Amino acid sequence: MSLIKPTRRGLLKGGAYAGAALATPTFFTSQANAYTNAPSGGKVTLGFNVPQTGPYADEGGDELRAYQLAVEHLNGGGDGGMMNTFSSKALKGNGILGNKVEFVTGDTQTKSDAARASAKSMIEKDGAVMITGGSSSGVAIAVQGLCQEAGVIFMAGLTHSNDTTGKDKKANGFRHFFNGYMSAAALAPVLAKMYGTDRKAYHLTADYTWGWTQQESIAAATEAKGWETVKNVLTPLATTDFSSYVAPVLNSGADILVLNHYGGNMINSLTAAVQFGLRDKQVNGKNFEIVVPLYSRLMAKGAGENVKGIFGSTNWHWSLQDEGSKAFVKSFGTKYGFPPSQAAHTVYCQTLLYADACERAGTHNPCGVGEALEGFKFSGLGNGDVEYRADDHQCFKDVLVVKGKENPTSEFDVLEVVEVTPREQVEYAPDHPMFAGGELGKCNAG
Amino acid sequence: MDQIILQMLNGLDKGSAYALIALGLTLIFGTLGVVNFAHGALFMIGSFCAVTLQKLLNLSVVTIDPTKTDFLGNPAKIKTPYVEAWFGPEMGAAIIDWSVPLAILFAIPVMLFIGWAMERGLIKHFYKRPHADQILVTFGLAIVLQEVIKQFYGANPIPTPAPDMFKGSFDFGQMIGFEANKIIYPYWRIVYFMFSMVIVAGVFSFLRFTTFGMVVRAGMADRETVGLLGINIDKRFTIMFGVAAAVAGLAGVMYTPINSPNYHMGMDFLVLSFVVVVVGGMGSLPGAVLAGFLLGILESFASMNEIKSILPGIDQIIIYLVAIIILLTRPRGLMGKKGVMED
Repeated sequence: MSLIKPTRRGLLKGGAYAGAALATPTFFTSQANAYTNAPSGGKVTLGFNVPQTGPYADEGGDELRAYQLAVEHLNGGGDGGMMNTFSSKALKGNGILGNKVEFVTGDTQTKSDAARASAKSMIEKDGAVMITGGSSSGVAIAVQGLCQEAGVIFMAGLTHSNDTTGKDKKANGFRHFFNGYMSAAALAPVLAKMYGTDRKAYHLTADYTWGWTQQESIAAATEAKGWETVKNVLTPLATTDFSSYVAPVLNSGADILVLNHYGGNMINSLTAAVQFGLRDKQVNGKNFEIVVPLYSRLMAKGAGENVKGIFGSTNWHWSLQDEGSKAFVKSFGTKYGFPPSQAAHTVYCQTLLYADACERAGTHNPCGVGEALEGFKFSGLGNGDVEYRADDHQCFKDVLVVKGKENPTSEFDVLEVVEVTPREQVEYAPDHPMFAGGELGKCNAG
Repeated sequence: MDQIILQMLNGLDKGSAYALIALGLTLIFGTLGVVNFAHGALFMIGSFCAVTLQKLLNLSVVTIDPTKTDFLGNPAKIKTPYVEAWFGPEMGAAIIDWSVPLAILFAIPVMLFIGWAMERGLIKHFYKRPHADQILVTFGLAIVLQEVIKQFYGANPIPTPAPDMFKGSFDFGQMIGFEANKIIYPYWRIVYFMFSMVIVAGVFSFLRFTTFGMVVRAGMADRETVGLLGINIDKRFTIMFGVAAAVAGLAGVMYTPINSPNYHMGMDFLVLSFVVVVVGGMGSLPGAVLAGFLLGILESFASMNEIKSILPGIDQIIIYLVAIIILLTRPRGLMGKKGVMED
């Protein structure tokens, strides 16, 4: 009978095997929690970061309504909205990956620091696995950066600056909304057709990231059609009375005024321009015209009759007659009593797109979700055939050219769709100079 | 030259608003010694008086039109304002069209009441407290008031147009011999300037030519002596608070066609109006009016492209720059008097 004598080598081997065996469950567990805020207890928490106070609170309110509707649909409630028309059929109405969807909300106040603080709180205290929302490019870029550092997905809300998916793009950030370049590419041909190619444009531009990129885009697109940019004047974001900016326009030799303004700035500058009678004048033998490159129905309403006949662009409009748009308008309108805004539409889409990506990836891990979103082609969400481009995480889709309606039939009937510009016309190369200077980097799972 | 005249005209309407708000601030500070940071909110509430009257005049009887559909495909609801149903379509439409000027009549009692309620309900408890406490409580009140307005009316600006006959602009340049389109000015801004002149004249006349005004002026100069004469000066000062609130409110009512009102508009004017009061001279009513117009016009000039190309960003700091210069050279402001508002 021989006995196995314990040896130093044997002890070390045994210890290594035992250690590996003991470590195995931990390894699997740590894989399950290998990313920030992995869902547990059959629930998954999403963070809706929207302006609930401040000048964009109404837009934020509409976003919040759409988020709540999306959560209801994801959990199997209501009529399902655009889940029924979405080309991907991964969503079953049983939450996301079988986890019931819950949400927390934050108030961005349309201030970058406040938005970052509320997003941080939702990630660290409330366990949000995804952050979405916003109504300003400055805020979107700030929160996108935070989400990249924290290792959660950021599904941008209303942000139109080229920089969001340009020089400030991030691997964890995705934008469904269109951008300044796409607005300009859609709008310029219509403007050239309506107003001619021999035009001189004077630009008033909001002095921050969105204004700069919007102005650069529309100036380049209209100059390509033969227009001349006479002057570009930057206006402080806090300006309320634009009379001193509008008054010199008629003496500049320009016959077009381009208002690269959004929200309250747009309402006040357009009101001042109309008050100063610009639209009643003739310059260079042509009728003086005003253009607002980015329209929001909620904001256009604030300008009242002044928007009538003025061209602009928008991401989506409730009057569209495709099946997705009709389903969303019906669902939203029945629940809240009025049609949704483009802000509501884009955040609803973003929520469904995130949930769908999780289902297809089989995980909430931001890297898996990001991979599922990159290059994802879909339809049925109200913008025709759409693609989330892998190179910059920008959604490419048809763009609407609209103008202020001359004879509105209701308080919601402010804009009319003039043209649905096909996606091919607004696409650009990933290395386009207006979007240069940044890198997506690698996804961060926390 | 045409640019200079144009910017001067632009400065007049902005200056009118500054002057009216600063006039009210000075009245309150001069009578009650209170630094009222809620004064901008009173301007904002005045503008929402115009919004409220517009909404009231647009209250409608609803009928169903089966031949039309709404955005959900249901039979459309047709709204006909009661005033059109009662007075006929033309008369009713004219009343709605004139809602902003009519709101003056609506705003006067509302603002007098709000001013009285503010003074009796809150501010009188802070008379003997330091100015820092007064600033904190009135600033807090301003935030509460604007949040209340936001709760009822939302955050978006609400269009409140001028009557049709005052829409558009006229060629002021041609009237004084310039080429066409050189100096264009909107009708309503002229109306606003004239209106502010009438209000300023009214307030000065009230203080100058009435017994009540004489007592108030005496109280502003020496409160204690007036009290010793058996006059209830506190009661008169409370009324003056209401008058100051009404002045700010009327400035707000008539400003609505210039900029669509929103809940935050009072804050946009508040700090600038305080600068106006300081530049004009604490406690000096003519100083407040003079400084209001002066700073309004300077701000307008600073927005000229020619100026900004030499001094970028000057439009954002011009008012504060002028305030610093004036306080360094004339510490009591433009029309402040020695011994007034000084310990």
